[in-house]
Amino acid sequence: MKKLFLFLPLAIMLAGLYGCGYNQMQAKEEAVFAAWGDVEAAYQRRADLVPNLVEVVKGYAKHENETLTAVTEARAKVGTVQVSKEMLDRPDAVARYQQAQSQLGSALSRLLVVAEQYPNLKANQTFLDLQNQLEGTENRINVARVRYNRAVQEFNVSIRTFPNSLTNSLLLHLTRKEPFKADEGARVAPKIKF
Amino acid sequence: MKKRIALLLLFLGMAAPLVPSVVRALPVPPLTAHINDYAHMISGPTAGGLERELTELEKTDSTQIVVLTIPGLEGEDIEAFSIKVAEAWRIGSKGVDNGVILLIVRDDRKVRIEVGRGLEGTLTDLVSGRIIRNSIIPRFKAGDFDGGVRAGVRGIVEAVRGEYRAEGREPGPGHRGTTPIFTLLIFLFIALVFAGALSKVFGAAVGTVGLPIAAKLSFPALSYPILGGLALLGLVIGLLLHVLFIGGGRGGGGGGFLGGFLGGLFLGGFGGGSSSGGDSSGGFFGGGGDFGGGGASGDW
Repeated sequence: MKKLFLFLPLAIMLAGLYGCGYNQMQAKEEAVFAAWGDVEAAYQRRADLVPNLVEVVKGYAKHENETLTAVTEARAKVGTVQVSKEMLDRPDAVARYQQAQSQLGSALSRLLVVAEQYPNLKANQTFLDLQNQLEGTENRINVARVRYNRAVQEFNVSIRTFPNSLTNSLLLHLTRKEPFKADEGARVAPKIKF
Repeated sequence: MKKRIALLLLFLGMAAPLVPSVVRALPVPPLTAHINDYAHMISGPTAGGLERELTELEKTDSTQIVVLTIPGLEGEDIEAFSIKVAEAWRIGSKGVDNGVILLIVRDDRKVRIEVGRGLEGTLTDLVSGRIIRNSIIPRFKAGDFDGGVRAGVRGIVEAVRGEYRAEGREPGPGHRGTTPIFTLLIFLFIALVFAGALSKVFGAAVGTVGLPIAAKLSFPALSYPILGGLALLGLVIGLLLHVLFIGGGRGGGGGGFLGGFLGGLFLGGFGGGSSSGGDSSGGFFGGGGDFGGGGASGDW
């Protein structure tokens, strides 16, 4: 019977740790970090494509300096705004990151609109390939963002619901993570000026 | 009674505006084979030939390529629908993520190649885009859907062949079966030790009930005679643990642990064998591959 008293506290501790969501919350936070890694990788991929794209367009459309400079500047700015995983609970940091990225996104789409006016450029194989890669990357960014938001939502719910919220305030002190908001640009259709 | 009906009507009235938004999203059709021709665009012989070719590729390379045709997108984005299909079907092996989906939408005249994460290195967006632009679109424009699908699949196969090797058995389904049984057995073992420490009857009861339940949870296909045998085994293990931990004194502790663990290993191995047998006889399914939105789209 003595052994029982040795086992019992151990059993209660084990059951307690499983029941209170201690592990679950940590796993969900890790899922958020992993999803954020994918978001960063997808954005990085786009940034890496920019110099090549600018080079190709320059060869055909020398007079579009303004558009090209806007892209290059936006690309440079994106490089300076980074969000480490520890900063994901700061709304301003995430918002700044998102703003820099969406600036690059709109500069790029302006560049592609401009490119439409140059038939030679549109027929260039390198440009077509780059455009293909750019489309693929935009799609990856979309997928990564949706998944990140899903992971964030699951995590935020898990730290706020009952047994977990208690464990969190006592032991873990995890904070709410910030999801992506719908882009400003996504709500208004882009204007094309001729 | 009248009041209740009125309440029900009120509830239905409130729920009604919610229904269309649920229905509107295009559902993902079930995965039946390598060629899922829901828009009836591919002729029988072509579909049969592609089916054989893709089954062969899966056998040698473990890479899964699946073709899906649907009549229309009903206003949805082809990219959004495509990733939905990918997330539902989970083509490709788990951890290797070597799946490809060729999606063709008949009435919207759109094509997309959705590439699993593990193949993004060889079947890049660029390569997918070229397959669509140069192999598929020209034939589709001429109305040759059979030729377009064949050329598209050939392009994809050429790009991914040799990237992965199939190693004996399919890794996906087998792994899925083994992980939970070990967790369950360890949990059961701990429960048995505690129950056995409390009383002989309790320990035996937990063993008798717990072992068949754990087995049934992991392998639903197990027959009742086997479950009966497991119940008997559980009874014996439960009694044994009680004797070793409480009655048997200090010397026997290690032996009890070892015995229980070996029993668990034996059971895990035995169950694993029977489950993989059931899987191979079943239909076609994805192995748990992950997609990250790679690939390309086009229209004709």
